[in-house]
Formats: sequence, structure tokens, C-alpha cells
Amino acid sequence: MSTVEERVKKIVCEQLGVKESEVQNSSSFVEDLGADSLDTVELVMALEEEFETEIPDEEAEKLASVQDAIDYIVAHT
Amino acid sequence: MTKRRVVITGMGMLSPLGNSVESSWEGIRAGRSGIGMIDRFDASGYNTRIGGAIKDLDLEPYLSTKDARKLDAFIHYGLIAAQQAVEASGLELYTELDNERVGVAIGSGIGGLEFIEKSVLAMDKSGPRKVSPFFVPASVINMISGNVAIRFGYRGPNIAITTACTTGTHNIGYAARTIAYGDADVMLAGGSEMATTRTGIAAFSAARALSTRNDEPEKASRPWDRERDGFVLSDGAGVMVLEDLEHARRRGATIYGEVIGFGMSDDAHHITAPPESGEGAARAMKNAIRDAGIQPADIGYINAHGTSTQVGDVAEVAAVKQVFSEHADKLAMSSTKSMTGHLLGAAGAVEAIFSVLAIRDGVLPPTINLDNPDEGCDLDFVASGAREADIRIALSNSFGFGGTNGTLIFQRFED
Repeated sequence: MSTVEERVKKIVCEQLGVKESEVQNSSSFVEDLGADSLDTVELVMALEEEFETEIPDEEAEKLASVQDAIDYIVAHT
Repeated sequence: MTKRRVVITGMGMLSPLGNSVESSWEGIRAGRSGIGMIDRFDASGYNTRIGGAIKDLDLEPYLSTKDARKLDAFIHYGLIAAQQAVEASGLELYTELDNERVGVAIGSGIGGLEFIEKSVLAMDKSGPRKVSPFFVPASVINMISGNVAIRFGYRGPNIAITTACTTGTHNIGYAARTIAYGDADVMLAGGSEMATTRTGIAAFSAARALSTRNDEPEKASRPWDRERDGFVLSDGAGVMVLEDLEHARRRGATIYGEVIGFGMSDDAHHITAPPESGEGAARAMKNAIRDAGIQPADIGYINAHGTSTQVGDVAEVAAVKQVFSEHADKLAMSSTKSMTGHLLGAAGAVEAIFSVLAIRDGVLPPTINLDNPDEGCDLDFVASGAREADIRIALSNSFGFGGTNGTLIFQRFED
């Protein structure tokens, strides 16, 4: 079974079309990984799907980096 | 105001016959059918299980996986055809190109049907939060034109006319006018379609428009034949680079032909069927001939709309007889849809390209599967294979739901 971190990074790679080597825990979706506002919405949808959870919009807006997403998932699933 | 002359300096195509202009044209010249069993979805419960699909297309050279996922297949096809056309035109090598004078007019008859279906199914199953933020830009019709502008930096007129099966013809005609009038020096124009989806096949089938010759897909599209039983729905895209003649000369572009006429009309008759007389089609042809400033007898070849439907095929023959009188017996008219199937909004664009290639190569495309011409269908349909002929002027027809008609006329380029 993969860890939350591995699964989050895998989704980030798929959704944003970036290589695994480019994704650090500190990577910002917009600043470092080239996401635009629509990409980040879809990324959150993919995380919801993967972890079978619902991320409220006001929480989703705070998820700016890979680590933010990991922390949220760990705390809420 | 004198109209500026408009020439064709690049072409791109994806069709059931091949993923380029030349491979598709080679299929046409060989009289090959591009029709086969539908495999994009499980069509086993459908009355019609055949269609004309794009095969073995590698998106990778054109689109990243990330970008491809955000766009419906009709946009993939349109973008690829546009890129092929731009590459063929050599526009990117012209350092003095003024991007503000380059525009795009690439439409679609239906748009992102597959993306719409998937989104609705996801929403129905799991609620509104499952609708992608890319739903609208992935599926609305002007997003080929929009994406082409972004990709190449073309900042001139940007439009996407949608007129069902006349879409490709109208976009090319409109784009030519835009250049002739002086609003742009270069226009990318054409159409794209990917409607062979669960809903698309079901809907055209419900309208009794589609052939059900499932046991012989290659023989299903048979315009003017007694045994025809409807059209075959196909996918693909065609894009032309149209250019002001003086602009093309300045950059030393290869000129494939000239657009000399464009005409439009409507039947004002019925939502899906033409009148038997073909009266509206005849007026579109007459308007194009007048626009070109030529005589009907100057036309050597007609690329027909010729979809293989009962009423439409006969009406077009009646229209041609009305426009051309005794010259109707001298000209050749064929339907390349007998090989490609019906590409709806892309049909007029791929057929415009075939018309230009017929002039370029001196080859009349055949009508295949025409074994026994129906009553009243007695023109020269080029039914026994492609034929060499010295063609100077060719006409291409498209007719669509809503009774909308469009005709383009192309001429061999002469100084």
C-alpha cells in the first residue's frame, strides 16, 4: 500500500502533467508546477476521488502546495 | 472596392482514410472506404454499428497529455489539422508575418459531445461537484479557433461558424471574404467533428438518417445507388490556410489553388429534409457562380454533398440540372463521402481540400459503391474509379439541417 504522500504526488503528476522528479513536498501548484486556477480545481477533484473524501471549497482554496494537500488528507481521512 | 484575390497556401486533414492530406487523398484516388465497425464504445445494442473513425492517431507530437485531457476529441482533431496546415504553408518561417493580420475560422457541427456525455454521467452518478472546471472550454465550438490562436499567437479575427453539415464550407467562405474585404491577410479555416459517440449515433439513428448496413461497412455509404439506406457518420477535420494573393507572393508561398466563389442560401422548408426540387441548393450554387464571375459551363467538376440519403441525393441532382441545364451532362460530379462517410461540420472542409487536389493533380475522385444508379440519378458520377481529367474549376456543395446551403468554387491558380 502506498503512503498518502506517494498517492498525492502521483495524482499531482497526472493532473498537472509534471514528472515525479519535479514534485517536492514544498512545491507550490501554481508557482512551481505551472497550474492555473482551473487546474487546481480539477486537482482537488482528483484528490477527492482518490481518497474518497469531500474537500469543502473554503478548505480547497488553502491547499497551495503538495505538503498542504498531504497534511489535509492525513488530518481528514 | 475591388475584392482581393484569395489563394490556398496550406492544408491539413484527419479523415477515416488517413491522418494527413496526402494519405487521405491517396485513399480517395484508390477508391478505398474508410468505414468500419464502431469501437469507441460498445455499440452492440445499436441499429447502426458502423462509422468512420480516426485510426492510430498519436497525439503526442501535437498535445501534451495534460492539455489533451482538457479538450474534447473534436478539438484535438481541429488543432492537429490546423497545425498540419500551418506547417505546410511555411507561415512560421516568414519572419515578417504580422500576427494581428492572421485570423482563424474553424467550426464544428456539434462540438464536444463526448466530453458533455461524460460530464453528465459523472454528475448524475456523483453530483454537481464532479463536473470538471474544463467542461465549458473543452466542449464549446469556438475552442478550436481559440486554441489555435493561443498556440500560434494569431491575434486577428477569431470565429467559429456552426451550421450543421455546412459548417466547413461556411467557415472557408467566410474566411475568404474576410481576406477579400481586407480584414485579414491570412485565415486558417475549416471544420472538425467527433460525434460518433453513444448519443451521437443514437440520435442520428433515431432520426432514421444512418445506414444500417452493419454487415458490409465498406459498402454502406453509396450515394445515388438504388440500395442506399442513409449516411455513415464519420470523424475528422480539415483546415485550409487562405491568404491574400499579394501576401502569398511576397513570402514566396506555394499556391495550391484559388478561392473564387462563395454562395449561400436556405431552403426555408423543413428542419432536416430538403425539398425534392433542390431549389435552395440550386440558389447556393447560382450565388457562388455569380460571386466568381464565371459561367456554369466553366465548371468541370462538382464535389457533391451526396450523403447517401434517399431524398438528399436526388434533390442535389435536380438542383444541378436546374443550374447547369445541358452542361450537367458534360461535367463530372462525385461524392467523396462514399469513401469518407459524412464528417458533418468537417465535411465541407475535407471536401474543399479534395476539390483543390482534384484540380492540382488532374484527377476526378470516384463515387464508390454506385452499382445501380437510382431513378433520375443520371449524371457522370465517376462511378468506375478515379479518372484523369484536366480540371480548371471545381465546385463543392454542403447542405445542413435547418435547410442551410453553402457552395464554394475553386480555380487552378493562374497569374
